[in-house]
Amino acid sequence: MTDLAAKPAISLSRIAIYAVLILAVLLYLVPLVVMLLTSFKTPEDISTGNLLSWPTVVSGIGWVKAWATVDGYFWNSIKITVPAVIISTAIGALNGYVLSMWRFRGSQLFFGLLLFGCFLPFQTVLLPASFTLGKIGLASTTTGLVLVHVVYGLAFTTLFFRNYYVSIPDALVKAARLDGAGFFTIFRRIILPMSTPIIMVCLIWQFTQIWNDFLFGVVFSSGDSQPITVALNNLVNTSTGAKEYNVDMAAAMIAGLPTLLVYVVAGKYFVRGLTAGAVKG
Amino acid sequence: MATLELRNVNKTYGPGLPDTLKNIELSIKDGEFLILVGPSGCGKSTLMNCIAGLESITGGAIMIGDQDVSGMSPKDRDIAMVFQSYALYPTMSVRENIEFGLKIRKMPQSAIDEEVARVAKLLQIEHLLNRKPGQLSGGQQQRVAMGRALARRPKIYLFDEPLSNLDAKLRVEMRTEMKLMHQRLKTTTVYVTHDQIEAMTLGDKVAVMKDGIIQQFGTPQQIYNDPANLFVASFIGSPPMNFIPLRLTRQDGRLVASLDSGQARCELPLGITDAGLEDREIILGIRPEQIALASEQTTGLPVLRAEVQITEPTGPDTLVFVTVNQTKVCCRLAPDDAPMPGATLNLLLDPSKVLLFDAASGERLGTTRSVEDAAPLGNVTQFKGR
Repeated sequence: MTDLAAKPAISLSRIAIYAVLILAVLLYLVPLVVMLLTSFKTPEDISTGNLLSWPTVVSGIGWVKAWATVDGYFWNSIKITVPAVIISTAIGALNGYVLSMWRFRGSQLFFGLLLFGCFLPFQTVLLPASFTLGKIGLASTTTGLVLVHVVYGLAFTTLFFRNYYVSIPDALVKAARLDGAGFFTIFRRIILPMSTPIIMVCLIWQFTQIWNDFLFGVVFSSGDSQPITVALNNLVNTSTGAKEYNVDMAAAMIAGLPTLLVYVVAGKYFVRGLTAGAVKG
Repeated sequence: MATLELRNVNKTYGPGLPDTLKNIELSIKDGEFLILVGPSGCGKSTLMNCIAGLESITGGAIMIGDQDVSGMSPKDRDIAMVFQSYALYPTMSVRENIEFGLKIRKMPQSAIDEEVARVAKLLQIEHLLNRKPGQLSGGQQQRVAMGRALARRPKIYLFDEPLSNLDAKLRVEMRTEMKLMHQRLKTTTVYVTHDQIEAMTLGDKVAVMKDGIIQQFGTPQQIYNDPANLFVASFIGSPPMNFIPLRLTRQDGRLVASLDSGQARCELPLGITDAGLEDREIILGIRPEQIALASEQTTGLPVLRAEVQITEPTGPDTLVFVTVNQTKVCCRLAPDDAPMPGATLNLLLDPSKVLLFDAASGERLGTTRSVEDAAPLGNVTQFKGR
């Protein structure tokens, strides 16, 4: 007891560690704080005060104006993101199931080639994709944009599911086959119920990717069907009139909120799913 | 319930690759318990997967009853399998695990409930029915895996090393239970193991495999007493058979083995009289329990004097190691007779039990001696090498 009492509760090195961590946290939070503060200021307040100053009058006018501007585009983004995330995750799950448990001649090569999709930059697929969309009559439609996101996301979702399913013992599938279950019954009754963590990972990953996408959105959609990222850009880049920074900031916050929400709701699964394969071995 | 017959079954994973299974030929009667035993990589699990239909065969036929099932999918073969890893569906409860196969086969729910109750009672897992496999111990998981197989009442049970994930004590218990279960249910069973004690204790018939070839197929007694070659002789039996390299000579028409313990020599006349065995490299096989201590009554028989090098008391027996023809030889003696290391023993080798093998090919030599409890030689599949 005396030993413990003699030792200082907080050592110098511990203070140093916390100091560095707190500094890092502050640095990370500064942009968010600036955005939040600015979004609640009036335009006059912004032009007179400095970036980090507290608003003299807390005003919701920025948020109201921002929502009025991006309202339609926000729902566009939902209409694009939700089907694209669900379809790409579903197909990825099925792909992963086949590539890990129903291997066929050349399936390893197939998987290897599919992985190239993960390394392809967005820009390289722009021309071929727009050409294809034009040919099949989906140019500048929400369906077309969803299709592009699904195809581009498949490489990632397949990789996630395949690597997760590789760690599931083959004997499970064998046992189910002997029990009389077929390809889809095994997938639906045995494999999918085991997949919650990796489904979460996939959903979060795809949601973030597709919601935050700007390039595909700006290229493959036009006018009223544009996603919120494109609308935000248009709003911020207008050169006419006075800059309404409070509206810009509020609109950016609105654009970022859904991803934040997804992380808060499903975040614990994200880490669990990413490490699941590694621990089980 | 059905017979199982494998007709010249072959399996290869592709042209240019070595055969995984070569000319597998065996048949068992309705209700028999067949053991496939061999070292890892011998093809026993592949053969079982082929019987199950999880892997296709590249030649031959698999007959269940009168039906050739070679081209049929696993679900149509009416077999059930217990896996080494148990392969219980982790997200389903024990009850759902057992029900799964019955539901897929569209059995009415009342019949399913009846069947689950029957199996649960049989395996004493009634209190576990609502648990998930992850909440069970290894032994309990094993029972559930067996329950899943039993529930369907298939024609044939397949067991793929079902006991190897259990601890030693539980394994012995479950082995006895399995034998009891088979005696009660009398369902044709194929059981893969690498454990030769399981093979001896459980099997009606044993097929010893190596390199995709059945080395010998017969009853456990035939395999033990009449091994077809050096591999079978060394694989079955614990402690393993002693193999003493030597040359035979012929005296008065009888073959004589000369043994040298370093201390003394002994000329052992054998019961085997075949021509052509003398003056070539031979391996003499004798099991540890076929070597006894010479007492004062046993006169007239050749005795080998040898120095004890090490003793291993196992409880019921003591294993005593001596050197004969520069080879370590194990003798299984009663604990009361066991000497201390360094002592000298008078050993008596039973010449009627001695087996001879060709040193180069490992094949069994000499006329098979008569064994009271073994079936005629015709049933024994001889070595099919090359």
